[in-house]
Amino acid sequence: MLWVNIIIQGILVGGLYALFAAGLSLIFGVMRLVNIAHGDLIVAIAYLAFVIVKATGLHPLASLILVVPIAMAFGYALQRGILNRTLGKDILPPLLVTFGLSVIIQNGLLQIFTADNRKLQTGALETGSFPLLPGVDIGYLPLLQFIVAIAVIAGLQYLFYKTAMGRAFRATSDDAETAQLMGLDNRKVYAWAMALCLGVVAIAGVFLGVRTSFDPAVGPGRLIFGFESVIIGGLGNLWGTLVGGVILGVAQGIGAQINPGAQELAGHLIFLLVLAFRPTGLFPRMQG
Amino acid sequence: MSIWEKTSLSDFILTVDSLEAWYGDAKVLHGLSFALKKGEVLALIGANGAGKSTLLKSIAGQLPKKVGSIMFNGNRIDSLVANDIVAKGVALVPEGRRLFASLSVEENLILGGQVKRPGPWNLAEIYNLFPILGEKRNVPGTSLSGGQQQMVAIGRGLMSNPDLILLDELSLGLAPIVIKDIYALLPKIVGNGLSAILVEQDVNRALASTDHFLCMQEGRISLSGVPMDYTKDQISAAYFGM
Repeated sequence: MLWVNIIIQGILVGGLYALFAAGLSLIFGVMRLVNIAHGDLIVAIAYLAFVIVKATGLHPLASLILVVPIAMAFGYALQRGILNRTLGKDILPPLLVTFGLSVIIQNGLLQIFTADNRKLQTGALETGSFPLLPGVDIGYLPLLQFIVAIAVIAGLQYLFYKTAMGRAFRATSDDAETAQLMGLDNRKVYAWAMALCLGVVAIAGVFLGVRTSFDPAVGPGRLIFGFESVIIGGLGNLWGTLVGGVILGVAQGIGAQINPGAQELAGHLIFLLVLAFRPTGLFPRMQG
Repeated sequence: MSIWEKTSLSDFILTVDSLEAWYGDAKVLHGLSFALKKGEVLALIGANGAGKSTLLKSIAGQLPKKVGSIMFNGNRIDSLVANDIVAKGVALVPEGRRLFASLSVEENLILGGQVKRPGPWNLAEIYNLFPILGEKRNVPGTSLSGGQQQMVAIGRGLMSNPDLILLDELSLGLAPIVIKDIYALLPKIVGNGLSAILVEQDVNRALASTDHFLCMQEGRISLSGVPMDYTKDQISAAYFGM
């Protein structure tokens, strides 16, 4: 039963990793941009939620009502103001600019909030659980997190395949030049994709802050988990990203059980194995 | 005297004046000037590398590096980007079809109507024109045969209800029977007063299907006019530069 528990807890942690990864997957899928600042944006949003909770007294999860639209507006402006200028045939400019953004965010947060750990307190939700099986307890918070991850990915999937905006995302991803011939303004399409990404990042950031303590330096680690989930699941495949997050979470759980110091190492090893034998991931997006 | 010189400016849907265009540092178009009347179908012929597709891309806003003027419906469009030009009423059916791989046939067509210009073309009319597309509306566009993909590309262009459609290499890579079928539909496609510029390697078919022609050679116009005014030898000389 010990291993069943480890696997179930790993699956639930995978939900958080999938939330970290969904935005990365979306942005890579639409505009082939690898956002090095993704993890730092998650942490910055956690700080934003921290400030809003302190200022308004809202429950951290209720703060999403304010955090999500603010993050989306920031994402739209970031893309229109900076990132659109870096996109082209050369992949280096967006990498360098988002790397620079990562440095700026980390140092900005350090200046404003110091290096002290912070956490979003949710009271009983953090510690509450129910028994699923003898020896297997499910925490309310990890379960909620996992359900939200599934809902977010289902929502993104619906948006991508059932709406005009999703059609525009897919067309621009397939062939940006021809998409312009259909009347699509790529700069706006990319900006809406980044706004959507930051909306997902906002949810990930709040759940990060609720689940664990954070400081300005933890962003790159979240980027690695997100990146590994995307690669394991398959580039540009949202459901694959969820599976990737779950595999990473389970691997880390098993690693931690074998040796507490091997938790992250086990995840990295799984990632390397997938990279070696299935470089496009387990469920790469199929093209026509 | 050019046939266009007899016509007032308001009769023209497109006027191109002293157009020069570049791919990077390579100059491809060298001071082209011509005009197209409303409802007219113009064949653009010339050997590979003559600059035919470049001219269409310049009109459609896909080549940013150009000088000279392009007037469409009385407005300059040479400084506009492709998505603004399609909204003005110019649709380009690109060489090689370039359907969106992750979109179904119907989604490709709907995307063509993104600009929502008023006009006769909608999904039902496209399916009337190409019934096979109605039967295959839910399959990925790129899974169709070459001829069917060309129908989707034409339908996608028509869905924007353009005033001018630019058809680049309609017959490229298609079987002769399919080419014949598509050309048989050309009068229906341009039957609503739609103007068209048709780039075609098959010179005889192009000249037989259009009102006027422009022959291009190395980025310049080497001959223009009404096909019947010229002998085959004159057109061949302009085509090959002999």
